[in-house]
Amino acid sequence: MMKAGSRLEKVIKAGQFALTVEVGPPRGANPEDLLRKAKELKDIADGYNVTDNQTAVVRMSSIAGAKLLLDAGCEPIMQMTCRDRNRIALQSDLLGAWALGMRNCLCISGDHQIASASGKLKGHPGSKNVFDVDSIQLISILKDMRDNGVLESGDPIAKPTPFFIGAAWTPMAPPEEFRVLRLLKKVEAGADFIQTQAIFDMKRFASAVESARDMGLADRTAILAGIIVPKSARMLEYMNANVPGVEVPESLIKRMASSSNQKEEGYRITVELIQAAREIPGVKGVHLQAIESEEVLPGIVEAAGLLPRPQV
Amino acid sequence: MIIAEWKPLPELVEKLKGHKRALIVGCATCVAECAAGGEHEVETLAPLLRMAMQKEGHDLTVLTKTLERQCEWEFVEQLAELAPNADAIVSLACGIGVQALAERFPEMSVYPGVNTTSLAIRQEPGLWLARCAACGDCALGETFGFCSVARCAKSLSNGPCGGTRKEGKCEIDENLDCVWYQIYERASARGKVEQLIKVRRPRNWSNSGHGGPKRMVREDLRS
Repeated sequence: MMKAGSRLEKVIKAGQFALTVEVGPPRGANPEDLLRKAKELKDIADGYNVTDNQTAVVRMSSIAGAKLLLDAGCEPIMQMTCRDRNRIALQSDLLGAWALGMRNCLCISGDHQIASASGKLKGHPGSKNVFDVDSIQLISILKDMRDNGVLESGDPIAKPTPFFIGAAWTPMAPPEEFRVLRLLKKVEAGADFIQTQAIFDMKRFASAVESARDMGLADRTAILAGIIVPKSARMLEYMNANVPGVEVPESLIKRMASSSNQKEEGYRITVELIQAAREIPGVKGVHLQAIESEEVLPGIVEAAGLLPRPQV
Repeated sequence: MIIAEWKPLPELVEKLKGHKRALIVGCATCVAECAAGGEHEVETLAPLLRMAMQKEGHDLTVLTKTLERQCEWEFVEQLAELAPNADAIVSLACGIGVQALAERFPEMSVYPGVNTTSLAIRQEPGLWLARCAACGDCALGETFGFCSVARCAKSLSNGPCGGTRKEGKCEIDENLDCVWYQIYERASARGKVEQLIKVRRPRNWSNSGHGGPKRMVREDLRS
């Protein structure tokens, strides 16, 4: 039985290899940027993640961004973080988002605001965070609103809000042995699908997924492997050193560094990663990110043999 | 203990312009332990403040006094004779002490000389680490004696976020331990990891400041 009836849910339930991509809302009120991306990316994926002020930098809200994408024919996966809203605001936004047509929601704790000043941006490192609930508690809230028609308080809502509930997973962050148990908690709380932190070491990822499979988690939730399109050896080195939970094999960095066209090499690596993820038993799809260069995605998805997307 | 740190001197100078005689009041309890507002710090600040004021062309006489505790009325009362000799008070106590002085001497300008930051322990000389958030709903029994409200940057209840660094440090500060990493290590060492698997429900924050300013009443102690 369908829980929310979103396209993503249908693709997964049909046993098709799912594909989601990430679309960052603009740092401004102009919808054109987002609509241009929607036009470029339409029909190449089963869901389009709309981030919620990622890295704690102010952007157009994920709900508004998701609505723009929806109207442009791209089914959004609205992201919601616990950093900026308490349970009152979160639930209120969920009701509103559902009324606007959103059917997928990814629940995450959110990047801490102290790290929001980066590059040329000042960010808001002096702001007050909320963290009234954490990502796992947010998942339970969505599940209760959908399956029991009640708010976290226990108060009934007039109409349940069936969302297809997503969660993040960083299998290679320390303490690594606990990460699969944290995945278990997310599944117990109600996560229908999982999008992982960027994976570059597919062997290591395969063994993490094997642990999940051994616990029966790969059947209870749909694991989508997160893949970031690498642009350069420097980017890979940076992520390996600075992004917690991202492990880039030395050989991959070397391969990239020795390429005469790193951009093209990055596309080839991405296609290979997608294919490797596809071969891991228990992996139900991939989640692609091409940070600030989404226009490269259609070519990559085509090259990976994932087009056209299945009819569901 | 309650920990605090000195405010920048220019901020104090700005506040004290126009005053002639300032009384710096220390507190020999928490803020003395964290080397922000004890007798030693009071006597160190006094000449610094005088010189800083002088540099800006203001002649300020600085009086000093350190109380045993600024958060108890009987000790605050010890200022009754000295305070009228000044036209401003700079308290180096935590916010509780500053307010006690302002309440006892409502006709005077009372300025905080420190910023109160947290409830912490002195881990080693010169290093204090937050330990308690006074959240009003203590769950230390579930987290193996580590507070995930005060010691996790996101106050998470159900385990570490994806931001744990390789060495078990927090993504926001490479010198800060990820408390959930520590909780897991201790649970693991004690063979009780299964206790961390249960999904913990949203917390009740209403017994802390989120339920309005605390007003604790013990009828048995009221006469």
